[in-house]
Amino acid sequence: MRLPARAAQSNSENAPFFEGATAGRLILPQCSICDFVIWFPREICPECGSQKVSWFEASGRGTIYSCTTTRRIPGSWGKVTPFVLAYVELEEGPRVMTNIVECDPESVSIGDSVEAVFEEALNRDGEPGPPLLRFRPTQG
Amino acid sequence: MSIKGKAFIAGIYEHPGRHLPDRTLPQIHADVGLGALADAGLSTPDVDAYYSAGDAPGFGVLSMIDYLGLECRYLNDTETGGSSYLLHAQHAATAIAAGHIDVALITLAGKPLTGGAGPGGSGRVGAAPEAPFEGQWGMSVPGGYALAAQRHMHEFGTTSEQLAEIKVAASTHAQHNPRALLQDVVTVEEVIESPMISDPLHRLDCCVITDGGGAMVIVSEAVANSLERHSIPILGTGTYVKSSQSGRIDLTHTGAVKSGPLAFTEAGITPSDIDYVSIYDSFTITVLITLEDLGFCERGDGGRFVSDGNLQAPHGALPFNTDGGGLCNNHPANRGGMTKVIEAVRQLRGEANTPVQVGDCELALAHGTGGSLATRSASSTMIMGRSL
Repeated sequence: MRLPARAAQSNSENAPFFEGATAGRLILPQCSICDFVIWFPREICPECGSQKVSWFEASGRGTIYSCTTTRRIPGSWGKVTPFVLAYVELEEGPRVMTNIVECDPESVSIGDSVEAVFEEALNRDGEPGPPLLRFRPTQG
Repeated sequence: MSIKGKAFIAGIYEHPGRHLPDRTLPQIHADVGLGALADAGLSTPDVDAYYSAGDAPGFGVLSMIDYLGLECRYLNDTETGGSSYLLHAQHAATAIAAGHIDVALITLAGKPLTGGAGPGGSGRVGAAPEAPFEGQWGMSVPGGYALAAQRHMHEFGTTSEQLAEIKVAASTHAQHNPRALLQDVVTVEEVIESPMISDPLHRLDCCVITDGGGAMVIVSEAVANSLERHSIPILGTGTYVKSSQSGRIDLTHTGAVKSGPLAFTEAGITPSDIDYVSIYDSFTITVLITLEDLGFCERGDGGRFVSDGNLQAPHGALPFNTDGGGLCNNHPANRGGMTKVIEAVRQLRGEANTPVQVGDCELALAHGTGGSLATRSASSTMIMGRSL
């Protein structure tokens, strides 16, 4: 079942990430001083404090660091249970909170290989907004 | 400068209500504040410092100081969710040690059941820089803690039965608390068979939701010496914020790995010296990980530790949450830090419910965890003694 998809509100600081998502590309910030791959997207390096940040395209591949199948929850999410909430560890290092989709929620496990998918999302006015970064089990 | 022995908990009060449709939020702050002052043998004109967190309505502590009619020269509204009140106690003790104040009042109040603000309760949440990356995935509060539990199970082999033992111990204690929301003793099987909320956390792995509140009064040595009742000295405090670790979050520990050693060092004692602990228990997994982090057992060994009856009062090696804790007794305003301190003070005074009063209780520890184990959280540890 399709999960709720409320578009995130982007701003001038994180716009490259969301512009990438709109184009179906995973664009991450990286510190220009210490090369640290930054998550969540922001224009400051939490490792060295530099505000010199560049953006690059990541592979979209990762593995599940942790996951939980949620079975009871209030609101719109309660209509799509069971669904999988997870942290995916990207090949480039960051652990990203997300959902695992296109899967059997009863058979998703820590350590599974996954790949990024960008799902359409609507903003509060019902207009299309930046797509959401979710993951599915690696195909083939 | 150390705060050891400079500041004393003179008064405590836990609101007796768990469902308060007819009390306003300011009224509940007043109920508990006046209750704690009366417990200390003090009254509002004695207060020169006031503390509350995001649960203080309106303009926060400014509105509440006005409403309560206080005359304050020190105020603080540090907001870290459920651990806020331990941070306030630490800040009050520091201000007392510096000679700035003599009597600090700290209050907690909330009405999550009957129409108050929810956890956090702040309009600032939507503007958080992390919001566009965390708000879209259906993470309930239990769901976030479930992520931590799953990872702990994966790395260390922790089981649902072991988590259930924590709830069993809490319920065993709560049967002796006539005000506890849940007073029935439960079994491991009943926890496991309760509805699954978010794997692996069942309904009975989760704390209760209650209206209510609590308060404490912290005073200088001079004030403590002037009071009829014996005050409880604060021996050590520690606070640490565990961030999302630059996007490399490790879900198997909390900031207690640092707040604990800070408090133990200041107190000049070790975990084995502690007679009683109040451990933040938003969920069973919160307790298990925190016990490891504070050094009461080895990392990864929490499951075995909680299964050996160690947590059961009065004779276990480390009796915990003898009021029934947030898992059974009370979790007012979705914030458990205040009641953690209150029950520790009761134990040190010898005023816990008789069947769960720890014999010869000389050293107690209270620990709060605010925020979410799944993202960022603030841990705060306080060690108290029966006497200096």
